[in-house]
Amino acid sequence: MTLKTNLKNIVLVIFTTLILSACSTAKKSGDIDGDVYTGKETVEYLASGVPDRVFFATNKSSLTTSSRATLRKQATFLRKNKNLNVTIEGHADERGTREYNLALGERRANAARDYLMTYGISGKRISVISYGKEKPVNPKSSPISWSQNRRSVTVKVN
Amino acid sequence: MKKILSIISFIFLISSDSLALIEVDITRGNLDPLPIAVSPLHVDIKSEDFKGLKIKDLGMNISEIIEKNFRSTGLFNPLKKEAFVQKPDIAHLKPRFEDWRLIKAQALVTGKLLIKDEKLKVEFRLWDLTAAQEMTALAFTTTPSNWRRVAHIISDKIYERLTGEDGYFDTRIIYVAESGPKNERVKKLAIMDQDGFNTKYLTLGNELVLTPRFNPTNQMVTYMSYFRNMPRVYLLDIETGTQEVVGNFPGMTFAPRFSPDGKKIIMSFAKDGNSDIFTMDLETRVVERITEHSSIDTSPSFSPDGKFIAFNSDRSGLQQIYVMRSDGSNVKRITFGKGIYGTPVWSPRGDLIAFTKMHKGRFYIGVMRTDGKGERLLTENYYQEAPSWSPNGRVLVFYRETKAGEKGEGFSAKLWSIDITGYNERKLSTKTDASDPSWSSLLSK
Repeated sequence: MTLKTNLKNIVLVIFTTLILSACSTAKKSGDIDGDVYTGKETVEYLASGVPDRVFFATNKSSLTTSSRATLRKQATFLRKNKNLNVTIEGHADERGTREYNLALGERRANAARDYLMTYGISGKRISVISYGKEKPVNPKSSPISWSQNRRSVTVKVN
Repeated sequence: MKKILSIISFIFLISSDSLALIEVDITRGNLDPLPIAVSPLHVDIKSEDFKGLKIKDLGMNISEIIEKNFRSTGLFNPLKKEAFVQKPDIAHLKPRFEDWRLIKAQALVTGKLLIKDEKLKVEFRLWDLTAAQEMTALAFTTTPSNWRRVAHIISDKIYERLTGEDGYFDTRIIYVAESGPKNERVKKLAIMDQDGFNTKYLTLGNELVLTPRFNPTNQMVTYMSYFRNMPRVYLLDIETGTQEVVGNFPGMTFAPRFSPDGKKIIMSFAKDGNSDIFTMDLETRVVERITEHSSIDTSPSFSPDGKFIAFNSDRSGLQQIYVMRSDGSNVKRITFGKGIYGTPVWSPRGDLIAFTKMHKGRFYIGVMRTDGKGERLLTENYYQEAPSWSPNGRVLVFYRETKAGEKGEGFSAKLWSIDITGYNERKLSTKTDASDPSWSSLLSK
């Protein structure tokens, strides 16, 4: 009985250590929440303080709270620059079949487009293109680079 | 009465070992490949030289291609020529069976060739050394520059005679040739003989091209191109080089394949974040919607009778494989195993569907029956997908990618093949990195 409890405690300690170390590595390797990238490493800017991209979870196209905040900044920027049109590129990571990833990239780009439209940006100003997994921003095969590659990027057209 | 007679003769054949002709069972992994001797073809000394082709060497070269084809099946063990005991011309007339049996050969291929009036005349014979008799013989005439194809056609005939199934050597593979760093990959359409020779590039690499697939007569190819940054499905005539966009869709079209009669192209069309499956009739240009669902529907593949379509959908939440009637009715999910499934491809025999499976960070190529039962995983790796069937439905070709380091170094993409028995995994030889293979049907049929 005591042995069992002891073992349980040991297991618990080991477990907690694992979780703690996992947290510290995640922070070190650069900001990932669940498996959505939250760092700034690959991000470029449409204007000062207006990030050009948002990131997605594996196989998902739903926008996170921080993605929505980024897109609202883009919407504000686009409202101020009425003559500017954009293309939203949708991308996937390399861990999926090519054809499905093309569809997934299209769905991600449209998720971003739809959100910009709810903030008053005309759909006519926003075209979308999916590159599937064909244009990774980070070529490394690792969870962090995959999270950086699962993205939609808003690019100025004119 | 006739029936009884045939039963009697059948029993007679199987009970008498010495008379039973050799046979190779290709339905299971073959751990004991058939020892076969491929004699160099005898070259007639009267042969005229032909446009830089060294006719003297052709007999040896053809026999070596046949050996290489046989070895690649895993079913045959071509014996070393040093041990051969008879000259090609004499063996071709009538081999001394007992001598060939001494080197443990069970089958022997002999032949001769001749160039006359700018034509290559070839004949070959296949001998059963145990039964001491000729199994098959054939002669044909062609242009000399076709000599590699001659070797492939002979290989097919022998394979057919020994296995009872169609061969797959006189075939080509179309694929995407890749070069450059991983984040700036240059991709071109390329076509080559099944054994890696005669590589030709069909596009220049100025735009991204993906997923080429042959039509049933191997003259047309449908593929996806980012020409002018408009990702669309294209149709390319290999012979004339002319190409055109398929249909007039206001958005991305992708994942194209031909219907088994070659009259339609089936593909996905993506709009407003939703991908559905459509067909277009190439003659009437009529476009038909096949699926209508808010999920992603893609990677459609017809059954060889044209009555059904297997496809990939995430309507259940994650990618799974579904089968429906070709009009889009009666949709049924067929994959329920652990993991997610993609790229269903119907076997040319109609009995199996090949697929890619992803589970716990590993990628598998597998086959299952068309109702989803009897799943067999053939190969596991870091990343692999896109199986395509050999025309006889016995072998799959697919592509495999390796892990990349910090700057993308160490990354490569290659074509591989594996028997549906799960045995005989092989890397195909390609001039460059390669992906998205599609296997032609037999060229000479």
